[in-house]
Amino acid sequence: MPILPVILWTDLLLFALIAAAIGAGLYVRRQPHLRAGWRQVMGNGPAMASATVLAVFVVIGVLDSLHFRAPLEAVKGKAPRYAVEVQSIFDVLVGGLRQRTEKTYSAPLDAYLFAKESVERPDGTQSREFPRLKHGGAHLADPAREADADITRRVLSGLALATVLWLSLGAIIAAAQGHAHGVAAGETWRAIWRGETPVAWRAVMVTGALLLVIAGPVAMLSGGWHVLGTDKVGQDVLYLTLKSIRTALVIGTLTTLVTLPIAVSLGLLAGYLGGWVDDVIQYVYTTLNSIPGVLLIAASVLMMQVVIDTHPDWFATSAERADARLLALCLILGMTSWTGLCRLLRGETLKLRELDYVQAARAFGVSKLRIMARHILPNLMHIVLISVVMDFSGLVLAEAVLSYVGVGVDPSTISFGTMINTARMELSREPMVWWSLLAAFVFMFLLVLAANLFADAVRDAFDPRMRRIVRPRTVWPAARGVARGAA
Amino acid sequence: MFAYIVRRVLYAIPILIGVNLITFALFFVVNTPDDMARMQLGIKRVTPEAIQKWKAERGYDKPLFINAQASGTDKLTQTIFYTKSISMFAFEFGRADDGRDIANEIRTRMGPSLAIALPTFVLSLFVTISFALLLVLFRATYLDFWGVVVCVAMMSISSLFYIIGGQFLVAKLWNLVPISGYSGGLDAPRFLVLPVIVGVIGGIGAGTRWYRTIFLEEINRDYVRTARAKGLSEVRVMFGHVLKNAMIPILTGVVVVIPTLFLGSLITESFFGIPGLGSYTIDAINSQDFAVVRAMVFIGSVLYIVGLILTDISYTLVDPRVRLQ
Repeated sequence: MPILPVILWTDLLLFALIAAAIGAGLYVRRQPHLRAGWRQVMGNGPAMASATVLAVFVVIGVLDSLHFRAPLEAVKGKAPRYAVEVQSIFDVLVGGLRQRTEKTYSAPLDAYLFAKESVERPDGTQSREFPRLKHGGAHLADPAREADADITRRVLSGLALATVLWLSLGAIIAAAQGHAHGVAAGETWRAIWRGETPVAWRAVMVTGALLLVIAGPVAMLSGGWHVLGTDKVGQDVLYLTLKSIRTALVIGTLTTLVTLPIAVSLGLLAGYLGGWVDDVIQYVYTTLNSIPGVLLIAASVLMMQVVIDTHPDWFATSAERADARLLALCLILGMTSWTGLCRLLRGETLKLRELDYVQAARAFGVSKLRIMARHILPNLMHIVLISVVMDFSGLVLAEAVLSYVGVGVDPSTISFGTMINTARMELSREPMVWWSLLAAFVFMFLLVLAANLFADAVRDAFDPRMRRIVRPRTVWPAARGVARGAA
Repeated sequence: MFAYIVRRVLYAIPILIGVNLITFALFFVVNTPDDMARMQLGIKRVTPEAIQKWKAERGYDKPLFINAQASGTDKLTQTIFYTKSISMFAFEFGRADDGRDIANEIRTRMGPSLAIALPTFVLSLFVTISFALLLVLFRATYLDFWGVVVCVAMMSISSLFYIIGGQFLVAKLWNLVPISGYSGGLDAPRFLVLPVIVGVIGGIGAGTRWYRTIFLEEINRDYVRTARAKGLSEVRVMFGHVLKNAMIPILTGVVVVIPTLFLGSLITESFFGIPGLGSYTIDAINSQDFAVVRAMVFIGSVLYIVGLILTDISYTLVDPRVRLQ
């Protein structure tokens, strides 16, 4: 029986965003000045390393955005029915991680539960002891004796898998690059390691190696263990952290993008038209700006919550309700943060509209709308791009804080914020439950660090104030230069 | 200057009216008072009488904007919008859901908030500016490079991690200070030292990087070359000349937050159990006490506008070229 695809609002926007990014990529390819900027980003080692990390996160996030409802068992003669629970392709790909829940906490790579329970012995007596886990290490007869060997075996096979994957990744890159530049793959491989390729492939390969060395063993181990332990209700922490990535990506990207049209159009109008339009727009953003951000967000989220709670009939499943809340949070966060971008764009437009080429366009009788769209907007795009990438990391961090305050995502949405929020009380337990907290922080740190480094590289490449003489990388392939010289 | 300040204060009035309109729209138009009453009293079993009673207790039993039944000016004044807005401008915030006077509560809670926020602010400013100057002093060396790397890494760590990590390390593992709590008088520093340190460390990354960019922009100016040419040591150039001239961009970011220090920090206060305005706001958010949240939004905006005016005045103090007219 076929599945029932579910398209949540955030999924839709996320895919629209990806389509827009692809479109923008195609456009950039045809614009030499934009291509130069991106080429600088791609030649930057840290930027490419963080881009690799981000790409992994994005792939996980996208897979996790393909939602569906599984069919229930068919009853003859009736219309097919579907489970209430909304799953994603990602849930299917990670296999059992979703279902393999324990009773409560268990430590990473442990075969026993974290809390004592009354267990009935085979001889009929009862005793308080740590019961075996239902899934973690359940394939072993005697974990105390066999665990180390089993873990070692899995880590080694994971490393072997990682090596194979890494070598094939390298082979693909070398072959593709070599093919594009007309150089043998072996020569390209050596050029990559000498750091001579125009795109910093060496950084990609090194980052890829690091990621694979961690991911390979983790993937192998998670077949039989809870690599990062389980949380209070027994869910696998690794699964939770991976699921949190989507929420973080949605908040980081959609927030700026849903409000981008407002910020750009108002900034342009205020700067170009001036007069009362400028006054009104300035008044609006000064007013919004003067309300402390957290409070405005808190007030808006509270109100939105009342709307959602008083209209339960709007949403078919709880996933849809949680999703509506996530989207609303994006909108609210965006509403409080567009003012900064709008002010920047207004200032830049004020400068641009006095330039000769705009004067010339006006003298030719080009309409105001057309001047704004064709002559000013393209020259503002670098500000927009920089602000989008710079805002991302801040928003990811903000989500955690807001979820803690109680005005973040729906408690049923898996996110770094909700993970930290549920885990932080457990630090006071004796012995301590540290794994879910640490897992959330480490993953968040990786995502935000990669985003920060990438954003810096983008800003360096596109901000005219930052532009400086970039040392050109060693020319590669040498043969191509010769060939061009001969032609 | 006096005339300028008066004018700025007058400019603030339309903005505050705007803030009031926004909060009013948020709290009363998006959800009618009936919705809120139902929410507060529980959605399932609620009688119309209970809703009426809830509304009457809070003065929400009037029409929103226009009272058609009243006559004369009462048409406008006997409405929720008018009564709630006017009292807001008079700093009368009414009572919270637990029956306490909000204005009074704010006054008593301001102290603990300031006790945390002020030392954090001053220390953090001092530490980040010193670090930034140090990095600029050693610019284009490995120290500068790794300093920036550390800053970016520190920026990428969630503020919650600093708090939880600090509580765990200092309070739980080393047992130096209590994990959370507050008491006034001489006992206060024992409770304050950890939140202040955590606050300062949490701000190092972003702050140092921000000031470093400001100083780097300043360092290529002509007067710096002149100062060096006349034989001043690099340290004198940094602390005597560059720091002074970078004051305008520094003040732009710094002065505006000083008044808002009164509001305290939501996160820090709630983690460390400090009875300040931040934890008051969080409690209000969690118990959905709209009157308190609305009052805090209004006060926050007033303080922000005060901050903007102070920023302009501070410019005249550090830069004799700036005159306010």
